[in-house]
Amino acid sequence: MRHHPQKMPPAMWLITAIVTLFMLTPMLLSVMAGLVENYGQGLSSGLTTRWLVEVWAGYGNTVVVSLLLAAVCVGVTLLLGVPCAYALARSRSRWAHHFEELLTLPVAVPGLASALALLLAYGSVAHFRQSFAFILVGHVVFTLPFMVRMVGSALRRKELVALEEAARSLGASFTQRFLGILIPAVLPSIVAACLMVFTLSMGEFNLTWMLHTPLTRTLPVGLADSYASMRIEVGSAYTLIFLIVILPVMWVLQAMGHFIEKHYGK
Amino acid sequence: MENKSVGITISQCAKTYADGTRGLHPTDLTIAPGEVLALLGPSGCGKTTLLRIIAGLETPDAGSRIMFGTSDVTHIPIEKRQVGMVFQHYALFPQMTVQANIGYGLRIRGASADEQRRVVGELVDLVRLNGLENKRPAELSGGQRQRVALARAVASRPRVLLLDEPLTALDAKLKEQLRDELAELLRQLRITAVHVTHDQREALAIADRMAVMQAGRILQVGNGESLYRQPAHPFVATFLGRVNQIERSAGHAARNQLELGGVTQACPDHCAGATQLLVRPEDVEIHGMDYPGSVPATIARRVFLGDHLQLTIKVAGHQALLADVSRDHPAQAGDQVGVFIAPHQWMPNRADL
Repeated sequence: MRHHPQKMPPAMWLITAIVTLFMLTPMLLSVMAGLVENYGQGLSSGLTTRWLVEVWAGYGNTVVVSLLLAAVCVGVTLLLGVPCAYALARSRSRWAHHFEELLTLPVAVPGLASALALLLAYGSVAHFRQSFAFILVGHVVFTLPFMVRMVGSALRRKELVALEEAARSLGASFTQRFLGILIPAVLPSIVAACLMVFTLSMGEFNLTWMLHTPLTRTLPVGLADSYASMRIEVGSAYTLIFLIVILPVMWVLQAMGHFIEKHYGK
Repeated sequence: MENKSVGITISQCAKTYADGTRGLHPTDLTIAPGEVLALLGPSGCGKTTLLRIIAGLETPDAGSRIMFGTSDVTHIPIEKRQVGMVFQHYALFPQMTVQANIGYGLRIRGASADEQRRVVGELVDLVRLNGLENKRPAELSGGQRQRVALARAVASRPRVLLLDEPLTALDAKLKEQLRDELAELLRQLRITAVHVTHDQREALAIADRMAVMQAGRILQVGNGESLYRQPAHPFVATFLGRVNQIERSAGHAARNQLELGGVTQACPDHCAGATQLLVRPEDVEIHGMDYPGSVPATIARRVFLGDHLQLTIKVAGHQALLADVSRDHPAQAGDQVGVFIAPHQWMPNRADL
């Protein structure tokens, strides 16, 4: 069967163009602001990279911290979330449903409130409070529901239940079918969930702002700090660095996701 | 391949769900070693529940007992029951190749690489998948997937093979072809098999015997021909093919006669006492008005079905009857005809005996 691409009516083109322009303008201005000598005078003041250098010198470590934190967060949510998703997907108890709703609560509750609760409970444990582990816990609390939800709904698919029964009939033990059959079968969902968790952890500000100490700052917290305390050009240069760092990482992760989808998906 | 098939003895197997509904009433059934038995019935009749109990995927109620040969498997989990199972949508492992799928059971049981290669090779030949060993299930046609599922299920030489609607996922044309292939393969493997289906033609083509089920009970067990010719229950008669039902008065029933279109005829002995008689459309003959022993009737509708004509005929004082006649039969809608039903073709509705 031949596929005829539908023609877009002119009005649609116009709306798309307007919306795109509206959304791109702030980004372009922000990028430009990080590259000009003086934002007040605009491009006529000349282009420079000195703001970028200044930001890198002051906040370069937050970039590394954020990337590492997001990676570890993905690891932890995988270890906790995938078995949890399986347990919830296969549970026949109605409590499982309530539990899954509770798990989603940290997404709805403002991060400030979750962070305050964590501070009240564990703030006095100085070593924990002052380490990155404290921020990691906050990030895991916030991102775990996404991992559990996405992997859980994949595991609930009828074909997956049948795959598991097929493996059982062939004599596979729980570990053999979990690692050998189920995980590979939901790999595309797991990869998509990892991407989601990584992205959320990378950009998380709410919780992190409450939980951080001067020695445990992430990229978004540093960004807020620079916006609050420095010239607009420095803040904008920081945004540019954020984009430069995050875009290639996202592209690589997405390409990995597509690759796995193609080779393991149906 | 070495045959380890055993018979199955099911005694007092029942299944009550958590909400109190009875999926399966206490059921007894014996399947001989090497026999192919079909569980036939409409959806919700309990056939899949019974299959899953035999497989070990459902726990039957207390008091149920399942024997594979001489060993009691009632409390043995499916992983250790040594059953092979073919699922409705095949449940092939999507990330594995054809040969990895077929060899999965052997690999799990720790068979040597040599043995795996040998058995997988034999099965690939048997189910004619040569050249497709390294394809993934997504790259196969429906029929090929079905054959992979069958090969995977028999690779570790199960004691019993269980087939859950194995041909449902295929389109009608392919289904017919694969049905005969499957019947042939099961005979070659000489494996005890339980085959769940809602398609009576599939059951007739594949199974040695069939158990017709309705509402959680087995109504009748027997080979296809005896079930078709001597249904013990009107449901069995209607499910295995279409039937016409004809009422007769208490007086006629007592004398074992039938009044049809003003003609009274004697009925065969096996119909004695039944107030309702059954006759299959292919046993209703349509002749000219003057045919000896025939009953006057009118053709109400003529439907051309390719290999035969389906006629709806009106006989005074009775519900419309269906008659299947050869496609070259001259009858047209509106024709006055003579209907003849050979007396031995009448079946009693045993439910009212």
